Amino acid sequence: MAAAFDEMKGHDGDQVRPAYGELAQWLKEVPPDVLDYRRREAELIFRRIGITFAVYGEADATERLIPFDVIPRIMAASEWRFLEKGLTQRVNALNLFIKDVYGAREILRAGIIPEDLVFRNPAFRPEMNGQRVPHDIYVHIAGIDIIRVDADTFYVLEDNARTPSGVSYMLENREIMMRLFPELFSRHRIAPVENYPDELLASLKSVAPLTTSKEPTVVLLTPGVFNSAYYEHSFLADKLGVELVEGRDLFVKDEVVYMRTTQGPQRVDVIYRRVDDDFIDPLTFRADSILGVPGLMSAYAAGNVTLANAVGTGIADDKAVYSFMPAIVKFYLGEEPLLKNVPTWRCREEEHLKYVLDHLPELVVKEVHGSGGYGMLIGPTASKIAIEQFRAKLKAEPKNFIAQPTLALSTSPTCVEEGVAPRHVDLRPFVLTGRNGVRIVPGGLTRVALKKGSLVVNSSQGGGTKDTWVLDS
Amino acid sequence: MLSRTADNLYWLSRYVERAEYLARILDATQRLSALPLAYVGASNEWESAVLTAGCATGFFKLYDEANEENVTDYLAFSTANSSSIRSCFEAARHNARAVRTALTMEMWDSINGTWLELKRYGNGPTSREEFSRFLRWVQESSLRFDGSAYRTMLRSDAYWFSRLGVYMERADNTARILDVKYHLLLPDNERVGGPLDYFQWAAILRSVSALTAYHWVYRDSLKPWLVADLLILKDELPRSLSSCYEAIVRNLDQIAGAYGRQGAAQRQARGMRTRLQNSKMDGIFQRGLHEFISEFITENNRLGGAITEQFLL
Amino acid sequence: MRIRISHATSYRYETPPKSVTQVLRLTPRNHDGQYVVNWRVEVSQDCQLHQQEGAFGNISHVFNAEGPFDELSVTVAGEVDTQDTHGIVNGAIERFPPALYLRETALTMPDPAIIDFAEATRTDAGTDTLTLLHALMMRLNAEMTFDTEPTQVETTAAEAFAGKRGVCQDGTHIFIAAARHLGVPTRYVSGHFYRENDTSAQDAGHAWAEAYVDKLGWVGFDPTNAISPTEAHVRVAVGLDYLGAAPVRGTRYGGGGETLKVTINVDQANWQTQSQSQS
Repeated sequence: MAAAFDEMKGHDGDQVRPAYGELAQWLKEVPPDVLDYRRREAELIFRRIGITFAVYGEADATERLIPFDVIPRIMAASEWRFLEKGLTQRVNALNLFIKDVYGAREILRAGIIPEDLVFRNPAFRPEMNGQRVPHDIYVHIAGIDIIRVDADTFYVLEDNARTPSGVSYMLENREIMMRLFPELFSRHRIAPVENYPDELLASLKSVAPLTTSKEPTVVLLTPGVFNSAYYEHSFLADKLGVELVEGRDLFVKDEVVYMRTTQGPQRVDVIYRRVDDDFIDPLTFRADSILGVPGLMSAYAAGNVTLANAVGTGIADDKAVYSFMPAIVKFYLGEEPLLKNVPTWRCREEEHLKYVLDHLPELVVKEVHGSGGYGMLIGPTASKIAIEQFRAKLKAEPKNFIAQPTLALSTSPTCVEEGVAPRHVDLRPFVLTGRNGVRIVPGGLTRVALKKGSLVVNSSQGGGTKDTWVLDS
Repeated sequence: MLSRTADNLYWLSRYVERAEYLARILDATQRLSALPLAYVGASNEWESAVLTAGCATGFFKLYDEANEENVTDYLAFSTANSSSIRSCFEAARHNARAVRTALTMEMWDSINGTWLELKRYGNGPTSREEFSRFLRWVQESSLRFDGSAYRTMLRSDAYWFSRLGVYMERADNTARILDVKYHLLLPDNERVGGPLDYFQWAAILRSVSALTAYHWVYRDSLKPWLVADLLILKDELPRSLSSCYEAIVRNLDQIAGAYGRQGAAQRQARGMRTRLQNSKMDGIFQRGLHEFISEFITENNRLGGAITEQFLL
Repeated sequence: MRIRISHATSYRYETPPKSVTQVLRLTPRNHDGQYVVNWRVEVSQDCQLHQQEGAFGNISHVFNAEGPFDELSVTVAGEVDTQDTHGIVNGAIERFPPALYLRETALTMPDPAIIDFAEATRTDAGTDTLTLLHALMMRLNAEMTFDTEPTQVETTAAEAFAGKRGVCQDGTHIFIAAARHLGVPTRYVSGHFYRENDTSAQDAGHAWAEAYVDKLGWVGFDPTNAISPTEAHVRVAVGLDYLGAAPVRGTRYGGGGETLKVTINVDQANWQTQSQSQS
């Protein structure tokens, strides 16, 4: 594996890249104890406002803080413009793909994607078949995970088309940076992100059903206080100025959704839902769900409510479907994809599986439906035993896995025990799609692997976050 | 606003108010039971505390006898009792957490701080002194929460529902004391009980924090019918039934005004307010104090049901 | 044959509910083997019935009835002309290509026992799909005891197969699990079955499977009766499993102490009457 590209110093490491000029200078000037002091101050603020998340798979499932790194990750305006174009293209293609999969199924007929990969995919929702959604938009909010390997090459690592989270960190990180480092801010011209809630609200209102007569009512549907992302749900509802509702606050009568208010039933037009498909309507999906709204799908089918994101969008963030994204972009848009896909071996295919089994120590192997960095193997850093254990899992259920080369994610200067050192980062921009097109707030959430050499940036696996600065030049 | 949000706010206030009431009962009982028998008679004050707290059924499932040790534990710290002070604070905090964005920072800090501090008391105090400090702390916590709501909340429906919870709970609490102790307040009691009952009357007043107020209002020594008059009909006393209903009607009217719609809850509350306004102590005694109180408790519960039905479901 | 059906589902509540929402898949559609002469759906409480066509082409009705009420009943009744098509279903509404019906669901996931059973059948019966499916049905019928002992609706194919007992729903789930494992697209059908001489009480309605056979199309297999559907079968709804084709899925807000009674009558119009009931 070649040395990683550094966001500040490039490949060779002796020259500071222009976007990082001011920051490099500042890092030289600022005494280490001040940096450390600010870091602790930031942690205190986070703890007081209570931004925590629950960690799965740990016995005590305690509430934890996601570590915050005070050194920002910086992108030049030209870099962002390129990403913005690429992301817009990708999300447009995702929307067309989902519409097609639940509609005419042309991409299956054309033989570009195997039928069974769609039909037998747990994320495919047959119940959505033939159903139109308001304005033909399915993925209203997408979180596209981007990694960088050199000055000009960005890869998409994952498309999150269900209920991507993390945007509250993007907003809070910026807020805290402005409080802690006003002088560093004044030395840059940074594109703002705090208009994200306004953009989101406008976007959600724009996709209200055609039957909405007046100003549409938007709500945010949460599974409740025990959900790991509850903080984000209440944070966003607050910023959007919409009601934070649970399933039991809503009901369906005569194909219209209402919320129970102190003034009687009030019609709901758009539901920004953070409840998974499986739980959203016990009369259509899991009958044992108490988080959903009975009959919601009937109101949806009647075209009287918009769900954001639509039901069944998971088919687009399946990792096996991901491997077809370049073909998907070409099929629907007739364009070459601007953002690259990481080369992917689909273990469901015999030849691919053979290659993967022969090269396990070099590859990253992921579960097709996994997320959050769980259940994956990183060949180069895994022990022999771990590799052999994974080999057995892979052989037992090959169709559940894909494999990719181990990419050297770019690094960015980060505050660690020894001082300031490079650590691997990725980027999750949040892409909004409304009736009037795609909107992306400049930047996104930069996640950083705090352990030296680690390539796993997921917060559940010891990753942290950084503020992301897109320079406005 | 969401019915669930209103429900959470209403119950948040009710639980905090209930915790304070329990602390007052325990405080008054502790004083009474410390007096020599000659001053208070042979009645079991601890049993009467359980009755006044309205949880006798649950208590006697666990214990055969009501004494200081098990009553203080059951009313203050027990997790088996869903209306113990601890359970009240926990339920209050649970309701607060569910509607955190509808609370002001001060309210959240107050209830969350109380909940955190509750842990310090563990499973109960080690001494009477410590227990007294605990009871004072409970009352102060309730005052702090009430004050934070009063001083920081927007005057909108969220505030009115939260106030409604306070006064509904308070009316119920005062009525419950009267229900258990009414026999001490009957007009002929002065002759029957004589000075023996003096400390009981004082204790009743203490449990609604009205001992000083009594003297200010009547400028007289303690007389049972005046105690009853104060607790039932005097608008000036914040914990009297009459005063609670003045506030209930006012808050329900605010809601009706904002929503532009009246309902069963408003009509019923006004009816009760009118009845209290038109009553005199003589008349109440003539028709029977106990009957009056029982009827009030039933009606108050019915109003609680109407509020729930109209707004909170 | 003209079949007359009435199907009543009645609920009683000790504590009246505030409201009840239900999705009904109780209305048959036409295909070459059946023609719906008349059909009506009635709900005993005031409400609007909204008709929708679901993703699988089934007709569903959704209603929300506001309480309080002590009783609620849903009645469907009508007449259907049927003819024997040797189990082949032509002219039905198809919203998916057959490949969709290879999809596994929680209720039809094959376990090792079902996989063994399916593969052993293939070893004996050979690879001709139609022969194989018939063999599967006959064997399943021989191995299982079908009764009306009420099983829970969430019993999986694997659980029912392990117990070797079940109702028509369970037999159908096992058949589906095995056939899909063998690569044959298969689906769940809920409907009614007219029994000429058999008046034994049954679980609500009847269920069987349909499998896709190249050149023939969809062919019905009724493992409970060890036959392919005849003119005695009335097809109401299809799905991937019971949950997708369930006659009634509902929920209530508030209330409690619910008891359910289902009464089904399937008889030949102008013929003798039989009555099935369950309480």
